Amino acid sequence: MIFRREFAAYFATPLAAVFLAVFVAVSAGMTFFVSSFFERAQADLSTFFTWQPWLFLVLMPAIGMRLWAEERRLGTIELLMTLPVSPWKFVFGKWLAAFAFAGLALVLTMPLWITVNVLGSPDNGVIFASYIGAWLMAGAFLAIASCISALTKNQVLAFIGAVIVGFLFVMAGFDLVLAAVRPWAPDVIVQAIDSMSFIGHFQRITDGVFEASALVFFISLIGFALWLNVQILDARKAA
Amino acid sequence: MPNAQALVETRALIKKFGPVTAVDGVSFRVDRGEVIGFLGPNGAGKSTTMKIIAGFLEPTSGDAFVAGHDSRRDPIAARRHLGYLPEGAPAYPDMTVADFLGFVAGMRGLTPRETSRRLAELVESIDLADVWNRRIEALSKGYKRRVGIAQALVHDPDVLILDEPTDGLDPNQKHEMRALIRALAPSKAIIVSTHILEEVEAICTRAIVIARGRKLADTTPAELLACAPPRDPSVPQLVKTTPLEDAFRHITLEQAGV
Repeated sequence: MIFRREFAAYFATPLAAVFLAVFVAVSAGMTFFVSSFFERAQADLSTFFTWQPWLFLVLMPAIGMRLWAEERRLGTIELLMTLPVSPWKFVFGKWLAAFAFAGLALVLTMPLWITVNVLGSPDNGVIFASYIGAWLMAGAFLAIASCISALTKNQVLAFIGAVIVGFLFVMAGFDLVLAAVRPWAPDVIVQAIDSMSFIGHFQRITDGVFEASALVFFISLIGFALWLNVQILDARKAA
Repeated sequence: MPNAQALVETRALIKKFGPVTAVDGVSFRVDRGEVIGFLGPNGAGKSTTMKIIAGFLEPTSGDAFVAGHDSRRDPIAARRHLGYLPEGAPAYPDMTVADFLGFVAGMRGLTPRETSRRLAELVESIDLADVWNRRIEALSKGYKRRVGIAQALVHDPDVLILDEPTDGLDPNQKHEMRALIRALAPSKAIIVSTHILEEVEAICTRAIVIARGRKLADTTPAELLACAPPRDPSVPQLVKTTPLEDAFRHITLEQAGV
């Protein structure tokens, strides 16, 4: 029920179409022009997938920001939270709708996949795994965005907050973040932060090392963020 | 255990927002067939009390029961018996009236068959046929309010909590809304908040006056009138007031020690 309403809500305005068009256009643009897909003369989609974490960093918060902030602004959160339904179902249903929407956006990029198959013979197994990995990574971005959206009724704040947190996760494996932590934190923590890196996990999938640990990472992060989302809603009642 | 008769009961409800005490020890009970008018100045704690009973807010201390179910320990059971119209009658602007009410009915666990039967009844009794397939964002205030009532009645609850149901309606719509509430009254316990005093006389069996979070009066509208201070005919009245207004001002201003 929740899933249906939320998924339909995305298409209630032209925003959905605009979003999908932007996503596909930018994905393709990055692949062909910035990463010189043709000049590389290799039949794979690595130039496409390299950009996905950065694209998601901005676009997923744009999808997720409305999930709870909008309910708060409209006051409809009072309706939802007084229905005889556990908050878990709302949190999961809303996230699932956003996740499905992100899936749709990814499906629309599949002409690229067809193109490389026409031009050469890519490793379709790797590409398939990369798509699954990209989708799960989108899910993780969305779960974070949903969680932060529950904190505010201002969608712009929700968007910015989600981009910042997402940025930390994307950058976690880079020296920019690690160098800030290394001088004072014990090695265990530095490694823990390193292992939170979205890019690290995603790259391992796109490199063709189909690692279960990367999938487990994204799935557990989604689970944790949604759990936190429920806790935030509960805490708001007592506030 | 709360008395089985009381459909709504609150015991020493206290709600603090930081340093501000919005609700300060409010206790009352409502039986089937009663229509309670919640009266009080803006910011008195009416909406907060209603939100606690509806389970949207948790009290800092004290308990609220709906049909015998503790709204904190057993929220799902309590909410099944409850229809709630939040302040401002919020609804999803992008949905049509039919879709929105169908959505609420589904979330309330009604089967498709029950849903279509109930919605057919509500279209009649709340007069929504004209706007049935219109988007909620395109509705007038009066219709929006009616959709909010319909949403609260979808599952035919025992307890109805309506936060300012007639706010923003024109006199005819107000009249219709009052007639509707009165028609529903015998089978339910209803709490209505308002700051329109005539409304209390028109539909309520009991009036609870709240100011600064405290319950100042809990009595019948007739007895409330008796609280009005006697008028001094020699003092000219610059602003014409009704006896009920006098009583309200007397209770909320003087007893609160302003």
